Amino acid sequence: MKEEKITPDFQVRLFTSMVLIRKFEETIVALSQEPYRLPGMQILANGQEAVATGVVSALESEDIIVSNHRSHGHLLARGADLNALMAEIMGKADGVNRGKAGTLHLAVPEVNALMTSTVVGAGPPLALGAAFAQQYQALKSVTVVFFGDGAAAEGSVHEAMNLSGLWKLPVLFICENNGWAGAQRPEEHSATPHIHKRAEGYGMPGRSVDGNDVEAVYHLSLELLEHCRSGKGPAFMETLTYRMRGHGEQDHQHYVDPAELDAWALKCPIKRYRQALLNAGVGDEADIQSIEQDAEERVAAAVAFGDASSYPDPDTAMTDLFVRPPSA
Amino acid sequence: MDMDDTVFIAGEGVGVSIHQDPNMPTYGLLDKFGRRRVKDTPVSEAAIAGLAVGASCMGLRPVVEIMFFPFITLASDMLVNHAGKLRYISGGKSSFPLTVRVKAGVGFGAGSQHSHNLEAWMAHSPGLKIVWPATVEDAKGLLLSAIFDPDPVIVVEDMMLYWMPGEFPDGDFRIPLGKARVAVPGTDCTVIAYGMALYTAMKALETLSEKGISCEVIDLRSLVPLDKACILESVRKTGRLVVVHEANRFCGFGAELAAMVAEEAFEALKGPVKRVGAPQIPVPVASSLEKVFKPGPEDVVAAVLETMNK
Repeated sequence: MKEEKITPDFQVRLFTSMVLIRKFEETIVALSQEPYRLPGMQILANGQEAVATGVVSALESEDIIVSNHRSHGHLLARGADLNALMAEIMGKADGVNRGKAGTLHLAVPEVNALMTSTVVGAGPPLALGAAFAQQYQALKSVTVVFFGDGAAAEGSVHEAMNLSGLWKLPVLFICENNGWAGAQRPEEHSATPHIHKRAEGYGMPGRSVDGNDVEAVYHLSLELLEHCRSGKGPAFMETLTYRMRGHGEQDHQHYVDPAELDAWALKCPIKRYRQALLNAGVGDEADIQSIEQDAEERVAAAVAFGDASSYPDPDTAMTDLFVRPPSA
Repeated sequence: MDMDDTVFIAGEGVGVSIHQDPNMPTYGLLDKFGRRRVKDTPVSEAAIAGLAVGASCMGLRPVVEIMFFPFITLASDMLVNHAGKLRYISGGKSSFPLTVRVKAGVGFGAGSQHSHNLEAWMAHSPGLKIVWPATVEDAKGLLLSAIFDPDPVIVVEDMMLYWMPGEFPDGDFRIPLGKARVAVPGTDCTVIAYGMALYTAMKALETLSEKGISCEVIDLRSLVPLDKACILESVRKTGRLVVVHEANRFCGFGAELAAMVAEEAFEALKGPVKRVGAPQIPVPVASSLEKVFKPGPEDVVAAVLETMNK
């Protein structure tokens, strides 16, 4: 089991992970503003880095992740190859999914980020299947599924919670409540302001946490993962955070009060943690800046890698549908 | 299930059914294999299909049941957007060796929300294989091939065929996916059918042979992959084609077969391709109305005579 006690080294790793995610997504913002640079919609989790880093850092390597359209943080925290992710987002042949997934459906089975679905609410049924396989084969691993407050209204999520609770499957449901489902606030789409309280009705513990506090997310993840791992069944964690950008990069947030954005900017998980590390003497300003510089360089190298990669050969459009394709 | 521990079954009442009838496909499996491998589920089609997709991605071979074909709409996100697409969009990294058994059938007065053959919906979606056995042999052979196929396969079970007499093959008996079968050889007109409709076509043969018309009947068995070679060879020989299915004719699977033959064997056609299927209405309940819906042998006879210009 993971260490409960947080060492300075580990704190640096948490910070580094969040900074990398932020730099990666800031670069996508910039690229998305260049015409024809990135295909499709860019949907980012700017402001939610502490959830991705806090949860994923609590996982064992054999645990499974099921993600959604806001996946970059989950995958980067998991250690997915930065270059291959960026190339995929650019729609290039060396992309992690050979240019067939783009940003929205990134799946990286090699780091057990097994499935990603952009169909809102589809993750939980997929996750229960993976968790069933873990239970069926008597594995000690857990499946973690990330979804948003908007997805929590999908029937499929409720079906998956019920079945997981009934069969005591090792699923950790992570509801990233980022304050917005499209242009709707939770009070406009949820009958309860406390989504995690639904967990009780499905026979599992439901907890909430400050989703902008990476150590709090980490600790609660460890606790709930231990619950899942010990055969007690699923658990549910609601992380209270904030979507700093629009639903996608084409959404300019005309419906958001700028004062609210400013207030949440002060609660930025990375700024907060940066200050905490400085205060605790984990590093000085120069150390922190070197971490930030390093992240910037890694992301720049990934963009260069993506740029150097070619667009996929049109012939490959017809491959990868079936393992055993029709002989004709 | 004896052959491979990664195979498990799940669905509503696949263990304990309200019909404890030896003719039911999963009868006796709970006693034999126990609750670990025979999973009765809540009434949750999306979760059942998600179970299959997620577990198969982890290397298991799930065999899940959707109780009636119209209920597949509740599972369709998991099948259409996930089972069929996730391998492709992973760039070939993941695979989904799952089987969905779905019960189909028209003609027992159950009405439109229990009877609605949606094979064309599923065939239209890339990444899903679809087979439809019409004989006892194929019921075993195609199911076994589906379970051990590395891709998602939908096996349609025509409920009217559960009582079909026939010799049940022993052992590891498999019929390859994507291979049609010439059920009756003939020379004048090709008739393609699958599932229960095969027997509708067969019944029409009596009348037609009395009229001196020799039909070649193809039991399609597999909609995806499609055995184009078998179909084209037959149509090039006979010069005529009639397709029979119990689903709605409009945008039905017969339309695909008609178009494929028109594109690839137009020069061989001596008459128009005819489709026999249901009119564009939901299945009504009253038997007098249901007869309007369900194509009968007389419809097949009429279609063959039309394409023969007789």
